[in-house]
Amino acid sequence: MSNIPSELKYATSHEWVRQEGNGVVTVGITEHAQDLLGDMVFVELPDVDDEISTGDDVAVAESVKAASDIYAPVSGKVIEVNEDLEDSPELVNSDAFGAGWLFKVQLADEAELDALLDAEGYANSIDED
Amino acid sequence: MTNKTVLHAKHIEAGAKLVDFHGWEMPINYGSQIEEHNAVRTDAGMFDVSHMTIVDIKGVDAQAYLRRLVINDVAKLAVAGKALYTGMLNHEGGVIDDLIIYFFTETYYRLVVNSATRVKDLAWMNEQAAGFEVTITERPEFGMIAVQGPQAKAKVATLLTAEQAQAVEGMKPFFGVQAGDLFIATTGYTGEDGYEIVVPEDQAADLWQKLLDAGVAPCGLGARDTLRLEAGMNLYGLDMDETVSPLAANMAWTISWEPTDRNFIGREVLTAQKAAGDQPKLVGLVFEEKGVLRTGLKVITPFGEGIITSGTFSPTLGHSIAMARVPRSVSLGDTVEVEMRKKLVNVKVIKASFVRNGKKVF
Repeated sequence: MSNIPSELKYATSHEWVRQEGNGVVTVGITEHAQDLLGDMVFVELPDVDDEISTGDDVAVAESVKAASDIYAPVSGKVIEVNEDLEDSPELVNSDAFGAGWLFKVQLADEAELDALLDAEGYANSIDED
Repeated sequence: MTNKTVLHAKHIEAGAKLVDFHGWEMPINYGSQIEEHNAVRTDAGMFDVSHMTIVDIKGVDAQAYLRRLVINDVAKLAVAGKALYTGMLNHEGGVIDDLIIYFFTETYYRLVVNSATRVKDLAWMNEQAAGFEVTITERPEFGMIAVQGPQAKAKVATLLTAEQAQAVEGMKPFFGVQAGDLFIATTGYTGEDGYEIVVPEDQAADLWQKLLDAGVAPCGLGARDTLRLEAGMNLYGLDMDETVSPLAANMAWTISWEPTDRNFIGREVLTAQKAAGDQPKLVGLVFEEKGVLRTGLKVITPFGEGIITSGTFSPTLGHSIAMARVPRSVSLGDTVEVEMRKKLVNVKVIKASFVRNGKKVF
């Protein structure tokens, strides 16, 4: 069983969301997702200042095995992207919930967070996969 | 029914992620496919290839039979232990399988064929044996371990007896020798130096453990695929199959046209194809930007469409490479287009060979 930190929120499409305060969240993909994808070779990120809406395909995680769309788990404006992934996409594999984060979003509506899964809900969703 | 190799327990012990590979439960990786790939390019790695099928051909007609069965000419093999890579065709000139043939004597050869094609290969070989005095014997009682990489031979050497070391001393590429209980061959599927070792089943786990202790990294089928693709080696079922001519699969070099009176299966069809000059060809593609050329993607050229038969990210080069079947008029050095994730990208056409002995070769 993969590690699923209890302090994060999750989307069924395997993104995680961490609240950083002031309506800012950090987004990444889960350890389970990176495990399914295998070694990451490229990560295409959105641009800073992009306006994104929940469900948009905003990034691509390309592994040795496949290219997978990453969907915006929340709506808002991209305020920072993880530039370390340009040279070290493997951070997504080695530290999916930490150094392998993808981008930060200034939320349009904090209430959207309530629609995401908690750790238990996400664990159940991947059991059903 | 899933088959397991004799090394299955060793894979689990090493933390392998197992997948179904044509009916065999095999390791895809032991954690990181890229680290395993790099181990083979820079040091030494090993693969369990026990699922591959060993077939011994014996009998007074063994040579005559193989001269009919495959497109290369085993009569060229004069030195005991010398190996030959070639293809076995159907009557329509399509590739039933690619294989390696080891020559021991004119009445004794060893074939190594793909596991995914085992059943049809054996059926075909038996059918074609009519009228030849040969025995065709599968040898499932062996395991097989490929040890590959610049340090592979040195690391294997630490495990060999003095007699075995003597037997492999100075052995040239593409040879095999029976050394005690081991059949050791200087063949491989990675573009690196190394051995493929055929070992009696009851000794296989022990050999694997000794290799592990000697610092050889266990590597899965994932790394095996990126390594062989970098080396420009075909994978049966992707780069060619029964519907594809060897002329369209970079296998023309494995055909022996001389002597002209050798009547191998598929000869007439190939002769006509060669005269017509209309077979597509298998080339290499290079894409140095972000993104990966994937198997099955369409290739657009001024001479018509082609298809990527194998595509991947090359860990050694740090960008994507592929093999593609394209119209024959496409030239090396041309730029063609590939439809990748809804957009067209430019890729360069080169010879299908990307990395040898750890170095870029284009």
